[in-house]
Amino acid sequence: MELYTLTAHELLEKIHKKEISPADVVRSLQDRIREVDPKVKAYVRADKLSCRDSIVCYPCKDEQNPQGFLKGLPISLKDNICTKGINTECCSRILEGFQPPYDATVVKKLKAAGGAIFSLKTNMDEFAFGSSCENSAFGPTRNPWDIERVPGGSSGGSAAAVAAGTAVWALGSDTGGSIRQPASFCAVVGLKPTYGRVSRNGLIAFASSLDQIGPFTKDVTDSALLMKAIAGHDPSDSTSLDAPVPDYTAALTGDIKGLKIGVPKEYFSQGLDAEVKVIIDAAVDKLRGLGAVLAEVSLPHTEYAVPVYYIVATAEASSNLARFDGVQYGLRSSQGGNLIDMYKRTRGEGFGQEAKRRILLGTFVLSHGYYDAYYLRAQKVRTLIKNDFDQVFKQFDCLVTPVSPTPAFKLGEKIEDPLKMYLSDICTISANLAGVPAISLPCGFTKAGLPVGLQIMARPFGEETIFRVAHTYEQNTDWHKRKPKL
Amino acid sequence: MNTYEPVIGLEVHVQLGTRTKAFCGCSTEFGAKPNSHVCPVCLGLPGTLPVLNKTAFNFAIKVGLALNCRVQEYTKFDRKHYYYPDLPKNYQISQYDLPVAKGGFLEIELEGSLIRIGITRVHLEEDAGKLIHKPDASLVDLNRAGIPLLEVVSEPDIHSASEAYEYLSSLKSIIKYLDVSDCDMEKGSLRCDANISIRPKGQTQLGVKTELKNMNSFKGVKDALEFEIQRQGSVLEAGGSIIQETRLWDAQEGKTYIMRTKEEAKDYRYFPEPDLPPYIVTKEQIEESAKSIPELPQQKSLRFQQEYGLLKYDAGILVSDKQDGSYAEECLKNYPGANKKLIVNWLIGPLLSVANTRGKRIWELGVSPAGLIELTGYLDRREISNLTAKTVLTEMIETKKAPSVIIKEKNLLQISDTASLETVVADVLKENADVAQEYRGGKCSALMFLVGQAMKKSNGKANPKLMQELLKRRLADA
Repeated sequence: MELYTLTAHELLEKIHKKEISPADVVRSLQDRIREVDPKVKAYVRADKLSCRDSIVCYPCKDEQNPQGFLKGLPISLKDNICTKGINTECCSRILEGFQPPYDATVVKKLKAAGGAIFSLKTNMDEFAFGSSCENSAFGPTRNPWDIERVPGGSSGGSAAAVAAGTAVWALGSDTGGSIRQPASFCAVVGLKPTYGRVSRNGLIAFASSLDQIGPFTKDVTDSALLMKAIAGHDPSDSTSLDAPVPDYTAALTGDIKGLKIGVPKEYFSQGLDAEVKVIIDAAVDKLRGLGAVLAEVSLPHTEYAVPVYYIVATAEASSNLARFDGVQYGLRSSQGGNLIDMYKRTRGEGFGQEAKRRILLGTFVLSHGYYDAYYLRAQKVRTLIKNDFDQVFKQFDCLVTPVSPTPAFKLGEKIEDPLKMYLSDICTISANLAGVPAISLPCGFTKAGLPVGLQIMARPFGEETIFRVAHTYEQNTDWHKRKPKL
Repeated sequence: MNTYEPVIGLEVHVQLGTRTKAFCGCSTEFGAKPNSHVCPVCLGLPGTLPVLNKTAFNFAIKVGLALNCRVQEYTKFDRKHYYYPDLPKNYQISQYDLPVAKGGFLEIELEGSLIRIGITRVHLEEDAGKLIHKPDASLVDLNRAGIPLLEVVSEPDIHSASEAYEYLSSLKSIIKYLDVSDCDMEKGSLRCDANISIRPKGQTQLGVKTELKNMNSFKGVKDALEFEIQRQGSVLEAGGSIIQETRLWDAQEGKTYIMRTKEEAKDYRYFPEPDLPPYIVTKEQIEESAKSIPELPQQKSLRFQQEYGLLKYDAGILVSDKQDGSYAEECLKNYPGANKKLIVNWLIGPLLSVANTRGKRIWELGVSPAGLIELTGYLDRREISNLTAKTVLTEMIETKKAPSVIIKEKNLLQISDTASLETVVADVLKENADVAQEYRGGKCSALMFLVGQAMKKSNGKANPKLMQELLKRRLADA
């Protein structure tokens, strides 16, 4: 049995029994990366690290905490999570060479829990703008299940790495589905926690009121473990909530009898692929068979989620990305000129197409005279969307839906049509707007062998319910055990 | 020119004297090595988040209350966007539609009348850094970036440059009483922009305004406003019209220059700061703040008038500085004489003038209230002359010795003993027989010369009044 195929909890058990050391795991991953990453391209800047030893773990041995429950297991990070002294570029030219002078709070927490940080970062759509990982300055990542297809996005690199066995587990970020959609496309488990559950300090912001860091894992148990390490209040993030972190693994009871699960009808209407629908319906039946009480529910404002999202998210993005100006760090255009020229040229050369599109959109909706009609109205509708969830969660413990209306699409298929691309987020965006937690877990494969994910959403801070349902489903299915052939 | 009425509103920025910055833990110390008080947050590095400095927020509430504002129960921060290298995030965390406090007023006194100036709003924001321009490059110092700033916006209730000056003085005085800022314009901890328009007297509709920037002192504000009132008046007199624009004050030239017109005005694209949740201010918090507000200058002045019988003008001078006010109170309270006028005259007379020449406040001179009381006691008992007392004061400041010690050491006690003075008078009249003759001949001013000679002979220690009487009597006798 190759170590790279094992889950984190399996590896932890072997380390605990002293059958293997964390260094064995790293070696296995390094071999696997050299073997398949040239095909998958889940990691960025890998070509600059040619020799075996340059793929290092961080922190170094003496900094490791042998007492921590992560026992030196390496974690892979998306390229937008700050690591002290290690390139963090959001897969954008404009952050070329940027090495943060500080660690993100999640990185500090992982180290405190005895985890090791992989120095190679995973690929992403530039600044997390995208649903296919094609908008990366380093080129696209491929889906390990079909390298002609996208791994999803924006955290495509993290999803593909876990699926391809080049990462034990990984962290990504989710603003409108950026963890769940790639998890669904790659048949791994991806969780977007409740807004405020995981500190955003050190996550290079896309849309501050929507962003959350979350885990990519091979199964639900690993997801609960990794959440245990990264969740919790952080005084340096004023939007993080001061609530105790439960032991998520204790929620993995395998019992969902009598649990009330809603199936929102709006998620099964327009554009849902027929094969995906069949697979989701089967998953719903499975949950019913396991003793849950399922019923159709309605989230009436769902149809406004995509437009609301593309106003709120781009507005915040246009503001968050204003700091990339060539003055202090990252790229500065080599062409001369005055201050304004420097700004224009740096941003012109540094940002890709999609980043420019979103900055323009966001700048427009915040402009004098348009603010009320767009941003303010979008915020009001956002409240309505949140109210929908509040209403439903008065009666139901959780909701199940598809993650994406289609399985992984082909590279280049949607990249020329931004609207089509934006619509692939239709099932995932609402959870971000409402701030509720949501998971994607493997629930089947199409005839062509493409993975399909099931989304489970719960009320704010209801991660335990999500883990309980997801784990029970997983215990009674084999989907998560399938591996792509690479 | 007098047919126009100026309409002025002031925007004052005050750096709050917190130990750390508004949204991070960096020091706010002034004058440190460039970029030595910075961290990832105030450098605006990717991934960093602001955390509100509660002390700065409480300071803002205090100022709001002291300016008679309504402190808002629900307040939030907003981002104000503009690109400039001294603004590391290219947006400033500020407050747009829900400031900390709104709708207050400040009362000023000018030529005996009380004028109420409305305060539109008081809000909290972060300061920008500083650019240092060299011939070949521009350098950025971000020590100042993130220091908490309070913006106090007045209603357009100010109608002359002198009123503006008084408003600024009162505002500074109040803020210093609250101990939330040093309000030092030279260090940039107090800055002021002005909006000004003029209109024919009696007209209610406002004229087109200009915004004035770059005034580096209260006098600069006054001068710039005076210039602008004149300039706008001349434009209108000549049949022209005022253009809405931002103008820079050039103190050297004594003129304002155009900086940008309204067409170039910026769209700041304000929107709620998503990294900081809205802030709820509780009633208890407001009450707590109100309790921490000390007696303010206006109240103190009133009390001085009532308790110590001070004139309004005198009280006003003494309370303009918080510590001077406490110093004066100490003197007034412990002064044994019933008539406080003497010590008041000394406070706003010799002491204030010495303080002014030395660029200090009265309380900083090193003269203790007890020392001043002792000194004025000698005057009250007519044991030393006013002139001598001033010499003693200087000596007290220089040597920190008690007046009694100085007077004894230098043997400065006034001679009020008629017998010994009679000898001096006799000598003076003998030596200046011709002058004495002139006096007798009707030249009254000759007497003062003779008094002067006599004082000189007594080494300044003679009681001048007594001396004058003796001389007069003797001259009449002869």
